[in-house]
Amino acid sequence: MNQYDAIVIGAGHNGLTNAAYLAKAGLRVAVMERNPYIGGATVSRELYEGWYYSNCSYVSSLLRPEIARDLELPRHGLQVVPFGGGCTFMRNGDYFGNYSDPGRHYREIARHSRRDATAYDRYAADTSLQTRLIRPYLLKTPPDPTSIKPRDLKDLLEFARSFMALGEEKLLDTIKFWTGSVGDYLNEYFETDVIKAQHAGSGIIGTALGVYSPGTAYVLLHHYMGDVDGNVGSWGFARGGMGAIANSLSKSLQSFGGEIVCDADVDEIIVKGGQAKGVALKDGREFYADIVVSNLDPKRTFLDITNSRDLPKDVVEKAQNFKIRGSSGKLNIALDGLPVFNGLDPKSRLMAGDLHFSDSLERMERAYDDWKAGTWSKDPYLDMMIPSLTDPTMAPPGKHMMSVFVQYAPPKIDGRDWTDEDKAGFEKSVIDQIANYSPNFRDLILHVETRTPREIEAEVGLTEGNIFQGELTFDQLLFNRPFPGYAQYRAPIKGMYLCSSGTHPGGGVMAAPGANAAREILADLKRPNTVPGGYVDD
Amino acid sequence: MSAESRDHMLLTTPFHSRIQQACEINDWGIWMGYTTPNAYFDVELEYFAIRSTTGVFDLSPINKYRITGPDAEAFLNRMVTRDVSKIGVNRVGYAVWCNDAGEMLDDGTIFRLGPQDFRLCSYQRTDEWLGWCALGFDVQIENESEAIAALAVQGPTSCTVLTLAGCADLNQLKPFGIAHYEFEGVPLAVSRTGFTGDLGYEIWIAPDKAEAFWDRLFEVGRDYLIKPIGSYALNIARIEAGFLQARVDFVPAEEAVRPGRTRSPLELGLEWQVDFGKALFNGREALLRQRDEGCRYRFVLLDVEGNKPADHSFILKNGKTVGTVTSAAWCPTAKSNLAFAQIEMPHGAPGDELVAEIYYQRELHWTRLLAPCKVIDAPLFNPARRRQTPAPPH
Repeated sequence: MNQYDAIVIGAGHNGLTNAAYLAKAGLRVAVMERNPYIGGATVSRELYEGWYYSNCSYVSSLLRPEIARDLELPRHGLQVVPFGGGCTFMRNGDYFGNYSDPGRHYREIARHSRRDATAYDRYAADTSLQTRLIRPYLLKTPPDPTSIKPRDLKDLLEFARSFMALGEEKLLDTIKFWTGSVGDYLNEYFETDVIKAQHAGSGIIGTALGVYSPGTAYVLLHHYMGDVDGNVGSWGFARGGMGAIANSLSKSLQSFGGEIVCDADVDEIIVKGGQAKGVALKDGREFYADIVVSNLDPKRTFLDITNSRDLPKDVVEKAQNFKIRGSSGKLNIALDGLPVFNGLDPKSRLMAGDLHFSDSLERMERAYDDWKAGTWSKDPYLDMMIPSLTDPTMAPPGKHMMSVFVQYAPPKIDGRDWTDEDKAGFEKSVIDQIANYSPNFRDLILHVETRTPREIEAEVGLTEGNIFQGELTFDQLLFNRPFPGYAQYRAPIKGMYLCSSGTHPGGGVMAAPGANAAREILADLKRPNTVPGGYVDD
Repeated sequence: MSAESRDHMLLTTPFHSRIQQACEINDWGIWMGYTTPNAYFDVELEYFAIRSTTGVFDLSPINKYRITGPDAEAFLNRMVTRDVSKIGVNRVGYAVWCNDAGEMLDDGTIFRLGPQDFRLCSYQRTDEWLGWCALGFDVQIENESEAIAALAVQGPTSCTVLTLAGCADLNQLKPFGIAHYEFEGVPLAVSRTGFTGDLGYEIWIAPDKAEAFWDRLFEVGRDYLIKPIGSYALNIARIEAGFLQARVDFVPAEEAVRPGRTRSPLELGLEWQVDFGKALFNGREALLRQRDEGCRYRFVLLDVEGNKPADHSFILKNGKTVGTVTSAAWCPTAKSNLAFAQIEMPHGAPGDELVAEIYYQRELHWTRLLAPCKVIDAPLFNPARRRQTPAPPH
């Protein structure tokens, strides 16, 4: 039987979430997955015996707790374990430790600058203020500012109210924040290079922008608005790797009777008379449903698997112009033991957090200059983790697994495709960067998986290897995501929907786009909603 | 428990030298007159040591009574509500005991070390009550609280860590079993017990070997991410697992002043602990009467909507107060908002839908929240590893 009520394309976390909510509502649902394994970019694979890599996404904070609870993901095997703190290693042999407890946190900033240590409280409060504005909208469909539907008007009014309640000064700050750069934002609080650099990383991760590019202050927020068990801004590891998120979602989906079809590479969405009718696979198989949901990014959805003749011209044009620029790569490394870093006690708890080597905004901006010049950064920004210090299942006892997110890496090198030599050069720049601060690092390496935008696009299907399925700049956020006029998860073909991170509220393994899209689909079908509302923040 | 510490306001446990070193944030509390850590470095990370790696909790202050003699089993059977004869040698059983009015005095664990040899671990100091209960029985009762140091070693890698510390084939030990080893020439007993609802063990050793054992444990445990945990982290784990705590979830009857404040086992969800098949035990007549005539209260687990813990909440039914919450927590692994409540009969049957009146504060501003909640049969946290034999490696 190839007939379903709904077909979801792509078994990443949003596709699985979407399918789970549709199945929970009683629909017969199938998820089509191109790879022989599920997960998309929330995947863990054993590429070196005994070591598990979270090949793409590597930490979790944004995954909506409402969804995890509602879909009973813990019962289906998901456990998110927080890690505390982090560290930026400095060129002068010192470091800045980002402790999680307030006492040591203060003392450590004060070691670098007493003034910055007190400015931090103001910074934290101002950033929390912005977080508070956006968090209530994560599990909501963004209101359409051009619509006069009661629901849109009500949501817009509520949105406007929360902004107006800030008062004039904070409203102006907010406008500046949403459009400004993370570098300028941090300069307003801190005087010390390394403190600024430690915080600026969150403003550029996954974004083809530099620390002084407008719009990066919001990206910082995107990394602060999540929580682990209510601790806003806290991050954790999925026990067993990020694949545990997709695996638990798939079990939840299956508990509602949903199906997953692997090795099912969709060639085209079948459209008849302006109505979606199913999908045709590259191997010739066809699956039918009157609801077709794409979890692919907006470019792939509208330019690759939908025939342009079935679409209005403006959507094709908007998809072509959608900003989804590759900016990052990843190294996953199997280590024979724990590396030692200059200046830091290997027993320090900071080792279990996020580790960095860029100690100034200047160096981060120069790294971006390389991207603009069409090559990988020679002095790359790294967001490095050793998950095996928190999760004993990632590597054999005493051995370690290292996840290294690397920025920047352009989608093309000098305008041409990546070659294997380029990949080797990229890998070397990262390993050199780490080895500069760790005398025993090189000797501990057992295996390296290197992923440039080329590999990420080819294996995961993210256009240009963009981890958020589209830049998180204001022109592509909220009612602009993916495009103005198409931000409520409906494609301009009857029965066709979008549920990917390319829709509101964006990437970062939130599962919110998938859930929000399901709520809209069920509303169109006039079925009871199965998607939970968001927790009240305060 | 060194001689010089006698004159101090608080005692220290046999592990204190190690705990003091490990306690990074100096957050100390008091338990049974001992200095004990509330937290070592970060409550959340300590909690997750229990659920993801291995957490080590100093259990030494717990009250321990050695009960021996020809009548040891009969004596305990007279005292507690369950049938002690069903606890085999080298097995442990949970037990509760009441006064003659059927009011809960305390709960604890009974370790059967031999046919006529038991150890009772109790939350409350129980010397006097044991003395009264022993009238007419041929038993010896010895308070060995200070003679035995104890650690709870809990979490998914705990079996592996203890095995490496010298407990061979520990993975074969069934839940509630006791295994005997030797450590540096002294006996080391390991029971597969705990207060976390997870895979875990408790170890019992002579105080003069306590520090050496701690060192050994943390040395072999390093690669398995062993961490010390304080009482705050343990409390989250015990709530998540649905375990009652005396003085928190019930008032021990001997301490109750105001009428009606005590509870019976039947009112605390402990019917399964009461064996009316036994001809005689403290409180039997009163409990029988209560069983037939009905209880005043029902102990329930509530799954509370939202993410605000229902600490100290009133529980409402149709706007009327029908109960109160005794323990509540957001459960980080189960991802549920769990509350223990005492509900006036006849409310609170499984599936009953109630409302928790929750107060929480943000920036000195109090908010009142009416959170719908549902009575559930069992806590959502219930990992397979807790029951599996052989115990899984992680």
